[in-house]
Amino acid sequence: MEKLIAGKTIEVNEEGYLTQFAQWDQAIGEELAKEANINLSDRHWEVIRYLQNEHKNEVALSIRRIGKSGLVDIKEFYALFPTAPLKTATKIAGIPKPASCI
Amino acid sequence: MMNEFNGEIKKMMIILSKATLENVYAAFVLANGARMEGIEAEMFFTFFGLEAIHKKKLEHLHVATVGNPAMHMPTLLGGLPGMESIATSMMKKEMEKIDMPDIHEFLDILSASGVKLWACKLAMEMFHYKKEEMYENLDGVITVGDFYKQGSGLGTHMLFI
Repeated sequence: MEKLIAGKTIEVNEEGYLTQFAQWDQAIGEELAKEANINLSDRHWEVIRYLQNEHKNEVALSIRRIGKSGLVDIKEFYALFPTAPLKTATKIAGIPKPASCI
Repeated sequence: MMNEFNGEIKKMMIILSKATLENVYAAFVLANGARMEGIEAEMFFTFFGLEAIHKKKLEHLHVATVGNPAMHMPTLLGGLPGMESIATSMMKKEMEKIDMPDIHEFLDILSASGVKLWACKLAMEMFHYKKEEMYENLDGVITVGDFYKQGSGLGTHMLFI
């Protein structure tokens, strides 16, 4: 389905995840963060860029892998994105929701 | 009755009473999965479940080969010496393949994710365990009553494993 956000029309799935990463830009990320009640700091952006990079490299994202990223530990990840961190952070990053259970 | 938070789950209270690997992992995956969905989670380790947070025992948990129909193994065979170790090492190999952490690392993940970890006071006394022998990030040793109090509020669900 289509969604108008930050002055652009983007394609999202029924859970609000972007279906085409090419449509993502920083302004869209900021709007999606606002919808999740998150004020993005530089630290948030570092994590978001890391997630986008992992996605580009086709790495399956999981909480365990985030903990081993060397960028952010699990505690900080939950502090940055308190409610459902992996789901929220990937949505803001414009990448698909990870299917991981761990 | 769907009127409490429209049926939304707010908090999972998971009681682990068993120390077989398959039960411990099931409980851990459910607790971690709750946090990943933005649901609060607390765990209460009681009776044999205490072994999952006992520093010396948690590395040596086994899969049950006897009385476990899913093993598809005759009970007599499952009882042979070494059978549990074989089944356990096979299961551990499979779990590594799907990126499943070992018990200690899983406890670290749960604790860092904000899962509260409680040991049952009565069972601790029964097995003569001391708090120092238990996993270092344990949130405390509490009574059943304390645990129920932790679970008060709308949208709390309890699960016994």
